[in-house]
Amino acid sequence: MKMFRQIGAVTAMNFRSLPQRVSTSLVVVIGIAGVVAVLVSVLAMSTGLIRTMESTGRDDRAIVMRNGSIAETSSALDRNSAKLIVDGAGIKRDENGEPILSAETFRILSLRKQADDAEVSAILRGVGPKILAVRPELKIIEGRMFQPAVAEVIVGKSAHAQFKGLNVGDVVRSRGANWTVVGVFDTGGDAHESSLMTDAETLISIDQRGSFQSVTALLESPAAFQAFKDSLSANPALAIDVVRERDYYQQQSKTMANIISIIAYVVGGIMAVGAVFAALNTMYSAVSARLQEIATLRALGFGSTAMVMSVLAEALILALIGGVIGALLAWGFFNGNTVSTLGGAGGLGQVVFELSVSPQLMILGVVWACVIGVLGGLFPALRAARLPVAVALRAV
Amino acid sequence: MTALVTLRNVTKSYVRGKQKVEVLHGVDLTIETGEFLALMGPSGSGKTTLLNLVAGLDQPTSGEVLVAGDRIDRLSRGSLSDWRARHIGFIFQFYNLLPVLTAEANVEVPLLLTNLSKAERRRRVQVALELVGLAERARHKPNELSGGQQQRVAIARAIVSDPTLLVCDEPTGDLDRQNAEEIMNLLQALNRSQNKTIVMVTHDPKAAEYASRELHLDKGLLTNDTRRAA
Repeated sequence: MKMFRQIGAVTAMNFRSLPQRVSTSLVVVIGIAGVVAVLVSVLAMSTGLIRTMESTGRDDRAIVMRNGSIAETSSALDRNSAKLIVDGAGIKRDENGEPILSAETFRILSLRKQADDAEVSAILRGVGPKILAVRPELKIIEGRMFQPAVAEVIVGKSAHAQFKGLNVGDVVRSRGANWTVVGVFDTGGDAHESSLMTDAETLISIDQRGSFQSVTALLESPAAFQAFKDSLSANPALAIDVVRERDYYQQQSKTMANIISIIAYVVGGIMAVGAVFAALNTMYSAVSARLQEIATLRALGFGSTAMVMSVLAEALILALIGGVIGALLAWGFFNGNTVSTLGGAGGLGQVVFELSVSPQLMILGVVWACVIGVLGGLFPALRAARLPVAVALRAV
Repeated sequence: MTALVTLRNVTKSYVRGKQKVEVLHGVDLTIETGEFLALMGPSGSGKTTLLNLVAGLDQPTSGEVLVAGDRIDRLSRGSLSDWRARHIGFIFQFYNLLPVLTAEANVEVPLLLTNLSKAERRRRVQVALELVGLAERARHKPNELSGGQQQRVAIARAIVSDPTLLVCDEPTGDLDRQNAEEIMNLLQALNRSQNKTIVMVTHDPKAAEYASRELHLDKGLLTNDTRRAA
């Protein structure tokens, strides 16, 4: 009790003298706010990317690719294979008894960003006639669905918002064709919204590259996956890999998300070291400025612990203020902003996603701030506590 | 009278650079309860070092320091802090008041180390401030008070927890003659009417005249010990 009263009394005195040290204290607050803002906003990218990729794909859909393909880009399935996959066990069937699947292929289109006119690559995905059954989440929100056998495309909502020339009625040029945009679709915020879609057969016949790249099948249930996989693997005429759709997209985004996280921690870490030194400097000067007070209180019988805790408390509270400001800055400026990947998250083309400054990220940022504050306050605090009282009184 | 402070064969040396400098050479000293002792001597004679040892601010290199029944040369740093809080009231040359606190809050500081209730702390602060004649300036901050008034606040802070011993390091060193006399009168009154034991380091022979005993130090040795009739 007495100890808490000591700490409280000394801390209160420290805070009352803060106005006299406002500029040096601001250095800590601003420095830490900067670190937290950068850390949180960069991490918000990986969180946003992961969130988008996690919402892409379902457990009851499977993607079939050529054996050994890491991504759809490096896969190729000929027509025979595509036909054999139709016989796989566990595929859901429609009212006519036909299996619900979509043999797909895709091309990379060169588009320009709305924001800065930068050239970006987007995906034009050729899909099968049963695409709406395979992807019930796909809804046309403007215009209409493309027709087979004519050069028509529908564009994802995110692609429509981010890239130029994708309004209904616009024409998108690719090698061999001019595609008319006839509709805009929504797939509930997943990665497909960053792409364009058309009929696969039309796409293949236009540029005369005669194969599919993957087949996406809707299964009877998530549990039917194993049976589906086993039945295809048992067919010696097929050299294929079968993965759950959700696992596929998570795998594709993992590397990119990891890289972003690493960048966040490296940049955040370097800045944090700088902020620790700023905090050290500030707290050392705070201790120096109060040397007489500290020496006097120590002489009067205040313990070393009270001195250490009060200096730490001050550093911690300055850091906390900085941390909260930084987290709020990141939230205010970046939360909900849409950005897109540069190259493409592993064969996914340009993925447009929302930065997500979640409460957990903001808490993480504030925790970083507190760690910086404690590290920056610790040594000055120990100095205040260790200085021999007789020497400190004479130094005054 | 009983001995409040006993020093036996006390030495104190410091290391300055590579040199070991002995400041006190085997000092023996007894201070009785109720004495008002003035420690005098030239700069570097060891007055402040001796005062610091008696006040538990520093530890001797060798020898025994017995104050208020405790062998304080044997106490750890933490215990010594607690011991000072219980037994010593400090009065410094530059008052050492906390600039952000009002006079009454400054006086209350030593009481924060006790278990007294807030009301009781207030009451004692009031009494101490009345005793030094500054009750009406209780709400003023140090920078709103004159040097003499600040030293009175410091004296109130030193006596508020009713310590066993008051130690004063050049209490009039920063004051003009008139203020110095007022402070010395106050210390003398505390000694005489409250029977406070006071050990005071001073350069000022006029201030020393208020003490009941004058002790001279030179080059770390006691040279002259004079008792004055009250």
